Amino acid sequence: MRLATCAWLAFLFSVPLWMGDLYVLHVLIITGIFMIAAMSLNLLLGYTGQLSLGHVAFFGIGAYTSSLVSLGFEVHVLPNTVVALAPKPVWLGMLCGILVAGLCGWVIGRVSFKVRGAYFVIVTVSFAEVVRLVALNWVELTQGPMALNNIPYLRLGVPGWFEISFLRKPANYYLVLVVGIVCYVLIRRLVQSRAGRAMIALRENEPLATSVGVDVTRFLVLATVVSAAMAGAAGAIYAHYVRIVDPDVFLFIYTVTMVIMVVTGGKGTLAGPVVGGIVFGLLPEILRAAQIKPEVQWVIYGVLMILVVYFLPQGIVPAVRNWWNGRGSAADPPADARTAAEPAT
Amino acid sequence: MTAALTVGDLSIRFGGLLAVEAMSFEVRDGEVLSLIGPNGAGKTSAFNAITGYVEPAGGRIDYRGTSLIGRTPNQIAELGVVRTFQKTSVFTGLTVFDNVMIGLHLRSRQNPVAILLGLPSVAREERELRDAARETLQFLGLETRADQQASALPYGELRLLEVAVALAAKPKLLLLDEPVSGMNPSETTSFMKMLARIRGLGITVLLVEHDMKMVMGVSDRVICLNQGRIIASGAPAEIQRNPEVIKAYLGERYVRAHG
Amino acid sequence: MDQLLQHCLNALILGGTYALLGIGLTLIFGIMRVVNFTHGELYAFGAYMMYMWVMVLGANFYLALPLAVLLGVVLGAIIEIVLLRRLRGADIDTTMLVMIGAWIAMQNSEQLVWSGVAKSIDTPFPSSPLVLGPVSVSWNRLFVFVVALALIAGSYAMINRTKLGKAMRATFQDRETAALMGVQINTIHTATFAIGSGLAAAAGALLGPVFVVYPTMGDLASLKAFAIVILGGLGSIPGATIGGFILAFMEELGAGYVSSGYRDAMGFLLIIVILLVKPTGLFAQKERIG
Repeated sequence: MRLATCAWLAFLFSVPLWMGDLYVLHVLIITGIFMIAAMSLNLLLGYTGQLSLGHVAFFGIGAYTSSLVSLGFEVHVLPNTVVALAPKPVWLGMLCGILVAGLCGWVIGRVSFKVRGAYFVIVTVSFAEVVRLVALNWVELTQGPMALNNIPYLRLGVPGWFEISFLRKPANYYLVLVVGIVCYVLIRRLVQSRAGRAMIALRENEPLATSVGVDVTRFLVLATVVSAAMAGAAGAIYAHYVRIVDPDVFLFIYTVTMVIMVVTGGKGTLAGPVVGGIVFGLLPEILRAAQIKPEVQWVIYGVLMILVVYFLPQGIVPAVRNWWNGRGSAADPPADARTAAEPAT
Repeated sequence: MTAALTVGDLSIRFGGLLAVEAMSFEVRDGEVLSLIGPNGAGKTSAFNAITGYVEPAGGRIDYRGTSLIGRTPNQIAELGVVRTFQKTSVFTGLTVFDNVMIGLHLRSRQNPVAILLGLPSVAREERELRDAARETLQFLGLETRADQQASALPYGELRLLEVAVALAAKPKLLLLDEPVSGMNPSETTSFMKMLARIRGLGITVLLVEHDMKMVMGVSDRVICLNQGRIIASGAPAEIQRNPEVIKAYLGERYVRAHG
Repeated sequence: MDQLLQHCLNALILGGTYALLGIGLTLIFGIMRVVNFTHGELYAFGAYMMYMWVMVLGANFYLALPLAVLLGVVLGAIIEIVLLRRLRGADIDTTMLVMIGAWIAMQNSEQLVWSGVAKSIDTPFPSSPLVLGPVSVSWNRLFVFVVALALIAGSYAMINRTKLGKAMRATFQDRETAALMGVQINTIHTATFAIGSGLAAAAGALLGPVFVVYPTMGDLASLKAFAIVILGGLGSIPGATIGGFILAFMEELGAGYVSSGYRDAMGFLLIIVILLVKPTGLFAQKERIG
């Protein structure tokens, strides 16, 4: 298994060296960014069982925060009071993006404790819509529909010594790949630990979980904070890659895309969002190559989601895993569960 | 004997109904105390109030001097009071082993930062937890089932798994809600032996049960409830003969018919 | 003062259609517990049906309206039978995901058929408004208001006075008992979803001629409908009615006196605030603990 992973990673790292088509690289980068966002949503939706449909809000908040910090801004919060920030280095902007997104996650996490089930879905959707409308209307800060332009690209290094600039596609590809691997590892560590077990317990049977000491609020908040911060990171990378950000980044359709990726890939599994990301990152490109109109593409997505829920309710990854385990293994002999009956007293 | 749990004047309301009315009793350290009574007598309601799932309308609940009222179930579990549920309650989608691992939640204190950084202390604690899970399964005779899905277990073992999960949380006071309901006589007898071993670990047990053989066989004391009030309390043999108890279970006419 | 009166009048009229949206969803989300993301699409469907009948096929406006509503009822029934029936016992996320899939498929189908260009619908009403002292109201909107009130009254009567309504209430409170008493569960589920969808289609058919018709018009309608249902309490028709009017007032007064850009945000802010304060909605009764 280790060998397969190493080979796979080696392959991924080699791609920019031989892939000449920049468009393909672009598709891979965008797919990777969405995959990171999907992994973060999976932590909340899949492992903790929280129906959060406002996830794009964290993505967009990360994007906007990072952009604004690196561009600098000046707003009049009151007629005479101005809040201004001079432009900061991009890496600092990205860090701020992650922190602010995480903070919003903390707020949502605390809210989710009070407001459960279907109500929580609606609160999260509403939250995302409000954020979108703020981005659209607070023109002084966000430029509204005219978008934030000329967002600087990431530069890392020691000035005067060496510097890596993430302007071109290959550099961004490696950035997304490395961040993606880091996020995957972080999530895996989390779900395979006591914290992950607590989240799963809350999803499976909350009263039982609390009866053995699981603190509901604490782990819901932990899940949302990590999830939001990671989505914010994805958003920040996106902002400094495409270098233009407008309120459309908050559209509900992007949350839906992430949800489709997680659900069809397999919610509650580590590989699920990766598989889902690949399928729904590459599918639009395949369809576009086949000259299929975007509306038809979305109709296909909608139908696909319905079919997956019906026929592969746990997603592709568990279905493949079950099929693989079912082949060629003899059925377990029934274990002898009972000792001989004791004579009645 | 010191009192582990003291319940004073407890009242619980459901809508307009008074499910439990001015109930007072105490559970002594190290004993096995059984609550009996017909359905709807308020036994599970009392459990729910003691463990924080329901807020009482009035009264006191103290565990070793600390009030339990107003605390969340997980806080009460941290104090050492753990319960099982009347309807079979396990993590059905997980394996038997993973079920017990969740029960061990309070046994470790790995914090999220350490987990994310992948510090070696986290891996070490995980190994310790896995050992503890195996021990717990062995104690209940479930070690051969470790890798099976909880949903695949036969009924009797499912109920054992519930106890395993509760025991993993290292309770000092264990509340068992009808642990042998639905079990056949031989399973019940095995359970009674296991209860003796649990008691041998120094755990105080508060039991709700209908199975009289079990109640008489394991209890130090028995309390009988009817319609939210305590109608009798004492040693098992006394309770068995108590006319109020018989009337509560079998009705007025039976008592008059059989003297 | 005149401004205020005008805003109030506008809010009153808008509230009528919002109430229809809300009642429709409270039947589906509130009683059936289906997180119905297609509700907005039925709203858009109603508007598009009006467009088809009046503008493309040249039918009479007053005939097209009930026809559009009827088609909405039929579409709702189809959705329930084809998509939801086999998910009867499933958990709420599963149905929600299927509804999201249906929503995407429906909206993009609408876009394919009618393109993204906004369409307007001709009405038989005079274009100059009716002036009532300091305020004025267009005949079109007045018609909308009257019809909306009639439908609201009709819904209330249906749920409380008819056998169907009684069967609906029984089914969703205690399905097993209802089944034992001879209620046809499948029919009731289909009927509830169909009626709820029909009300959404009615709202769309009424408002389509007032504004314009475009494929994404249902999105905001969906979200506002959820806001109204939460405001009024799940399953409560009076609650949804009052909720619809409250939302309309908040939007109108907010747009008039605070900022028109944030008009649509009013509803969402309202939801968030209410749920934080009262997690079960304003008018919900306390659930019985089993």
